[in-house]
Amino acid sequence: MTGTPLRLLTPGMPRRLVLATLAGAAADLAGIALIAAAAWMITRAAEQPPLAALSVAIVAVRAFATTRGLFRYGERLAGHDVALRAQAGTRERLYQALVPAGPLPRRGADLLSRMVDDTDAVQDLLVRCLLPAVAALLAGTAAVVLAAFVLPAAALLLAAGLLVAGVALPAATAVAARRRSARIAPARAELAARVADLVHGAADLAAYGARDRALSAGMEADARLALLERGRSRVDAAALGLGVLVQGLTVVAVVLAASSADLDGVATAVLALTALVSFEPVLPLGAAGERLAGVLAALRRLREIGATPAAVTEPGTPLPLPDEPPALEIEDLVVRHGDRAPALNGVSLSIAPGDRVAIVGPSGAGKSTLLAALMRTVDIESGNIMLNGVDIRRFASDDVRTRMTGLIQDPYVFQATLRDNLRLAGPDASDDDLARAVRQARLDDWTGRTGWDTTLGEDGRTVSGGQLQRLALARALLYDPQVLLLDEPAEAVDEETADALLADLLDATRGRTTLLVTHRLRGLEQVDEIVVLEDGRVVQRGPHHALVSVPGYYRDLWESEALTRR
Amino acid sequence: MRPHLAACLAAAVAAGLLVLVQAELLAGVLSGRFTTAVLIPLALVVAARGLLGWARGVFAGRTAVAVKSQLRRRLLSRFQEQDAGSARSGELVTLAGRGLDALDAYLTGYLPAVAVAGVIPIAVVVRLFAADLGTAVIVLLTLPLIPIFGALVGWTTRAVTRQQLEALTRLGGHFLDVVRGLPTLRAFGRARHQASVIEQVAAAHRTATMRTLRVAFLSSLVLELVASLSLALVAVPVGLRLLSGSLDLHTALLVLLLAPEAYLPLRAMGTTFHAAMEGVAAADQAFSLITPTPGRDPGRDHAQIRVHAPDQPTPPRDHAQIRIQAADLRISGRDHAPPAIRLEGVTVRYPGRGEDALDDVTLEIAPGEKVAVIGPSGAGKSTLLHVLLGFVTPSRGRVLIDGADLAGLDLEEWRRRLAFVPQRPHLFAATVADNISLGADVSPDEVRTAAAAAQAAEFVEALPYGYETELGERGANLSAGQRQRVALARAFCRPSAEVLLLDEPTARLDGRSEAAVVAATRTLAEGRTAIIVAHRPAMIELADRVIRLGDHAERGAA
Repeated sequence: MTGTPLRLLTPGMPRRLVLATLAGAAADLAGIALIAAAAWMITRAAEQPPLAALSVAIVAVRAFATTRGLFRYGERLAGHDVALRAQAGTRERLYQALVPAGPLPRRGADLLSRMVDDTDAVQDLLVRCLLPAVAALLAGTAAVVLAAFVLPAAALLLAAGLLVAGVALPAATAVAARRRSARIAPARAELAARVADLVHGAADLAAYGARDRALSAGMEADARLALLERGRSRVDAAALGLGVLVQGLTVVAVVLAASSADLDGVATAVLALTALVSFEPVLPLGAAGERLAGVLAALRRLREIGATPAAVTEPGTPLPLPDEPPALEIEDLVVRHGDRAPALNGVSLSIAPGDRVAIVGPSGAGKSTLLAALMRTVDIESGNIMLNGVDIRRFASDDVRTRMTGLIQDPYVFQATLRDNLRLAGPDASDDDLARAVRQARLDDWTGRTGWDTTLGEDGRTVSGGQLQRLALARALLYDPQVLLLDEPAEAVDEETADALLADLLDATRGRTTLLVTHRLRGLEQVDEIVVLEDGRVVQRGPHHALVSVPGYYRDLWESEALTRR
Repeated sequence: MRPHLAACLAAAVAAGLLVLVQAELLAGVLSGRFTTAVLIPLALVVAARGLLGWARGVFAGRTAVAVKSQLRRRLLSRFQEQDAGSARSGELVTLAGRGLDALDAYLTGYLPAVAVAGVIPIAVVVRLFAADLGTAVIVLLTLPLIPIFGALVGWTTRAVTRQQLEALTRLGGHFLDVVRGLPTLRAFGRARHQASVIEQVAAAHRTATMRTLRVAFLSSLVLELVASLSLALVAVPVGLRLLSGSLDLHTALLVLLLAPEAYLPLRAMGTTFHAAMEGVAAADQAFSLITPTPGRDPGRDHAQIRVHAPDQPTPPRDHAQIRIQAADLRISGRDHAPPAIRLEGVTVRYPGRGEDALDDVTLEIAPGEKVAVIGPSGAGKSTLLHVLLGFVTPSRGRVLIDGADLAGLDLEEWRRRLAFVPQRPHLFAATVADNISLGADVSPDEVRTAAAAAQAAEFVEALPYGYETELGERGANLSAGQRQRVALARAFCRPSAEVLLLDEPTARLDGRSEAAVVAATRTLAEGRTAIIVAHRPAMIELADRVIRLGDHAERGAA
């Protein structure tokens, strides 16, 4: 990670940016020069000089008419090229910042898409704000300089008008937009919450006859947002109107100044039309000011993500991993997420090489946290995890995960082929290795049907819950870590599939050091030890036959599972 | 909103026409035909243009806001309870939230631009004909080139653009894909490696985008060239004719000022076109959601009801028989006694599904009886409750309430006699008290009593503002067990309810919460009919009778 997180420009980009800006300014200037030259040519022609006197102006008019479009084309291409490069750089740095950060919020799918959308802000900043502003500045300056040669007083008037339209108005809209977004954002969130309530809570509302009330609450939220949005359109409209007014009055003032300075018709016409056209690149800046507020907010959010502390403290000089088969000793482990009550509160457990241990318990008992601690994706508050007698905090977290990993909660299917989705757990795996992992995870039916090179959809939409879990299991088996961690492999799978999956899994893990977090108890008579966690503590432990013979969580769960079975 | 739209369009067109007046006055002053005194009307015209620009923006804003509000209202009021949790619900939340904002570009940008483009170029050409025939002909001939070239370039590049856009969507999704899958990548030590892949993909993305843009910007290049070359085409002959004395300066300047104004509206329309089409797509999506799909129309299913009377209803077989104290059926504020409920051959098949969700179920529930419904997932347990609630209409069979067909009853009135706790109760972004009362007209004391009965009082009072604590979206700041108990308190807040419908009230609860909820349910069920979908022994023991819904091999109630 770089020292300053999320810089905007990477080497080589300033040059391209300058090029794009120059092209933009050239296009703006060509537009101004076209009108100025045409005005000169026409007013001069009215004085009926010899044709030769006009020939330069005629050529100029034609030249500027052609080049304006070409420069504009160049500006747009170069500008978008720079913007895309900047966006790519931002995304890469954002990703680099996320790699060591803590686990991503589970329910935060929207948050993630918004974060990714925020990286678009960089593009907006360059193409829609910075580039046109600098180009307008250059073109405006050139127009003022041109006017100064003709009549200094007119130049001053033009400069004043351009400053009002190009600096004061955008600044005002930016300030207004920032102030308003402080009120619009909560109003939007309120409306979104009401809409979500109406849609997701439709059954509750209907059952209690409360839908009309909720609908009117939703429409009230809509009305409040509408009021604020109307306020915004009034500000935008005012900026638009004022821009037109400033442009027109500047032209009037310039003509007035020219006439009181007794300037001739040619010079007056050139001045007036130059003034009129020089506002063209400047007027859109009002909208850019509006956009700038949102862009800056997005960049601020990205900077905050960049500043997120890493989830675990890495050792200064990590030890090399031991070579012998892994023996795990967990002693009095306490793990806490943020400032909440400890998720694990004094858990001890030892796992010898080849042991299979199942962890059961109600949700929120700390089962997944235990796996996260073993994978070094959360920091330990107190207690130890010893791998072959060495505290795992003395190894690099990446190294620890080469030994202890597997099927994590919410496994993800990438938009890639089935083969690539598997191969991420074994980049060097041969086709035989892949086939073996797929066979062990009982995924071979599926691969046989859909083929290895089918692209799996976004969010694995083409993948059912059972297939997803089996795919994740195949990955874990392909990776073949010394300690296989399996977090609720039968989650989000219907009962029949869950039973089949667990049976397959218990088959495939025979003889492997395995830690299995599960809600389902069928087949657990095969594992060496079952640990029942509740509220971050071990409340029961022992083999299946011992646990079902005593009252407690395990027996209750076992009995209710038996009752709901066919 | 129609008057607002009309006002917006009128302001846009009027502002466009004033540009013509402005050109007239400016040409007059610059040519020396008018004195500088004309600068005063010129300033007034400018002020009027500013004012009209402001009015256009204000009315455009009002129109957009009103249209969005109305679409939102129609979207939300069309939404059916049985749609909750379907793929459509996510789509709807997005659309009714931010999605409709895409309409802004269409309403505030494109529509006024179209109005202006329909009037101003014609007005300019008419004025030019009056001023100078030669120029008018040039403008008239080149003007159509803008839409023609626009359409031509768009048409020839459409295939390429669409192909590129598909590639772009694919590549653009990659980053989000990788970020979402980061935990998985981390688990297999591929997180750092992926950074270089992101770089490669971004480079590919850029190359593909630039290829698209080179073509896409070509169309605007052509349009810009047509406009500025036309200007040169107008200006140079005008200059030459001035030289020969066949044209006066006033006309020449007027032509110079007016000619660009003929092309501008057409180009403005072109630039707003793309964003506007996104808005049209959003509106299309909204209308497709507002218009019901045939399979979902509840009215249609009534015609299909066929009474299915089994010759010999199988007598219910009891799994667990628990003593119940003689139920006191007269609980305060109740108009009716608990009804006798009878299902006759009820079959439900959801549209687009190959199998029946509920397959030929016949059963009878006596007033005050407590029934546990068990069975494997997918056996139709929740569907059974939804049928009783009237969320779902049976495709075959019927439900009789005290002998009357549910299909003929007033659903609102029937639901007032029910208290329902769904499998995943939805908690609303409102206070705890509002979440419990849920629209019922009850006093704060009654809310408290309900919460206490539902074993929720203790944790609610421990919240920062007690019953007035605002819950986050979907009750984010409560645990699953707490959410379940708030939902149960809702049922307690309905003293008039005679029938309890509970859908796995102890699912996803830990042991302690489960015990609390079971105790609360036991109290609530007193003197009422209770139909409880259950899967834990404690809850099942509460029932007088257990009904097992089987899979297809085991038809009907057993």
